[in-house]
Amino acid sequence: MATLQIREALRRAMVEEMERDERIFLMGEEVGHYDGAYKVSQGMLARFGPDRVVDTPISEAGFAGLGIGAAMAGMRPIIEFMTWNFSLVAFDQVVNSAAKIYQMSGGQFPVPIVFRGPNGAAENLGSQHSTAVDALYAHFPGLKVVTYADAADAYGLLKAAIRDDNPVCFLESELTYGVRGEVPDEEYLVPLGKARVRRQGEDLTLVSWGKQIFNVEAAADRLAADHGVSVEVLDLRSLRPLDHETLFASVSRTGRCVVVQEGFPFSGVAAEIAARVSEACFDSLEAPVRRVTNRDVPQPYATELERMVMPNPDRIVDAVLATLGRR
Amino acid sequence: MPRKEVPLSEPRTEQAPALPAESGLPPVDAEELLRLHREMLIIRRVEELAAKAYTLRKIRGFCHLYIGQESVAVGAAAATRDDWWIAAYREHGHAIAKGVSPRAVMAELFGKETGSSRGQGGSMHIFDRGARFLGGHGIVGGHVPLANGVAWAARARGENRVAVCFFGDGASNQGAYFEALALAQLHKLPVVFICENNFYAMGTPLHRQSALTNLSLRALGVGMAHEQVDGFDVEAVRDRVGAAAAWARAGHGPALLEVITYRFRGHSMSDPAKYRPPGELDEKKRSDPILISEQRLRERHGVSEERLAAVREEVEAIAQDAYRFAEESPDPDPATLYDYTYAPQRTSLGVGEAAPRHRLTEEA
Repeated sequence: MATLQIREALRRAMVEEMERDERIFLMGEEVGHYDGAYKVSQGMLARFGPDRVVDTPISEAGFAGLGIGAAMAGMRPIIEFMTWNFSLVAFDQVVNSAAKIYQMSGGQFPVPIVFRGPNGAAENLGSQHSTAVDALYAHFPGLKVVTYADAADAYGLLKAAIRDDNPVCFLESELTYGVRGEVPDEEYLVPLGKARVRRQGEDLTLVSWGKQIFNVEAAADRLAADHGVSVEVLDLRSLRPLDHETLFASVSRTGRCVVVQEGFPFSGVAAEIAARVSEACFDSLEAPVRRVTNRDVPQPYATELERMVMPNPDRIVDAVLATLGRR
Repeated sequence: MPRKEVPLSEPRTEQAPALPAESGLPPVDAEELLRLHREMLIIRRVEELAAKAYTLRKIRGFCHLYIGQESVAVGAAAATRDDWWIAAYREHGHAIAKGVSPRAVMAELFGKETGSSRGQGGSMHIFDRGARFLGGHGIVGGHVPLANGVAWAARARGENRVAVCFFGDGASNQGAYFEALALAQLHKLPVVFICENNFYAMGTPLHRQSALTNLSLRALGVGMAHEQVDGFDVEAVRDRVGAAAAWARAGHGPALLEVITYRFRGHSMSDPAKYRPPGELDEKKRSDPILISEQRLRERHGVSEERLAAVREEVEAIAQDAYRFAEESPDPDPATLYDYTYAPQRTSLGVGEAAPRHRLTEEA
């Protein structure tokens, strides 16, 4: 068992898959000679050469579209967005081409492609570099949207995403690339569409995904220590396809649910989960499903203002206690 | 103090190359021209029957007819029959020229199970894997970047096939289009970009959408080979697409051909095209590519009226058969509604010894 940074786990996944399958290539801004804007692809150009680790001009629509065309014609591209914020200039490519071509062609052209890169806020990056795109891409049938909290899931999920025969939006986090975690030495895959119960509990189900899991686990520790509350922590890992079975089973058992989501509340993924839980688990629910999300404002730059915007353990503890009727 | 001269660029390396004069294709003889003429007629008649079906509400939604531009797709197909093609939403003619059966095209327009996309795509989304026809795309300019990826895949496999990408003058103003040209030239990808300039982006004439009306010059900024081509002459299209494809195949990189053409119908079936200046359509119809090829068959190749009539008759039967086939075909089975959202997983998820290994192989 090795202890790897998340960026190293992601790299190991890509390297193993590229060794295994010559049809895979990595393409994006600064992925080659610069060794990756966040060093995820460090050393990969030297290993695989410029035909398989490909630097691009600043041209997201151009290279996202190139990846989609290559996938249609039998390749297995990994397209890196330096951040998902920049994917918005390629939104048409991902949404109107990648997500729809299998359907529009009546099943003749699968589009096996991974779009990956850091998602959501880091720190003090201002409004245009801090967007969480989860809800934007999860909206579209035809796309899969997955994310991880730790190095072990990062490795196994990325390998599964690369092997998937459909377009996958793989959401990473700039803030956690350096977080270390244990990754088993033997090869494994984390299947898409399977949530993970990170902590079992009795009183309430805390649902989250991605780097918010760190806030959720901090809140869960404090709830146990300070308030004697036992929460179940459910890491969705896949937003699409959503693991309804695990989600509903957990909430049906605990009777209470709080969803923690980075990103804007309006039409967010948390809203969708709250709606689905309310429809499916209505008879088991002891209280309305609550959400903890970004405040409904564009991201401010100043540190204190930004802190107010983001989900944090305090807000999660408050929401859990309120849902338990203890606030 | 006089300012020192700074060389801003290397003029010789900063120019766009010229395409070779020769296409390397054999000259068009009577039989070949007759074949091209017949192909154009098939497209013309299928489109005319599609127009009829549209007025009868058998075809719904948007329906963009190719009438008047048949020489572009047919001429290009004569030079790139086995290559990969990708087109926009006025693509019924491209599909037929590339080898998709008129039956499958018409059935797709009718939204039938037997359509090329099983009724999932419609007029704007015709695809055919067997014909290496990659659609059928409805966002103006959005499909142009995909052509680069197709060429990337073909080159990676050592296929010696090029990607041929069709779009209109309207797409020449989209950002994705400029990005695609730049990437294609940067990587010297084997792509033939064919801008079918029919002089109208929906209802907006060329001079009101672009300051530069020679659209082949869009290639200049990225250093790409480019030419204007007389699109009313199917032989000229065949010849210059052949030259561009040979250039790309030889590893020299992409080319942009601006093919001058004209559509005789409106932008779509709902467009009466009242924005045309009076007399323009009648004047353009004098250079109808089918009239030109017919006249050439008669005068240059001595093809008899009987032979020409026989071709017309044969074409009529093909078009009517396609119409009948579409009409009589079953609707898509409602039980298949959810079958086309995600591709079923065919790639192995095995690990360790069971992990699959893949080489770069033909259309894996």
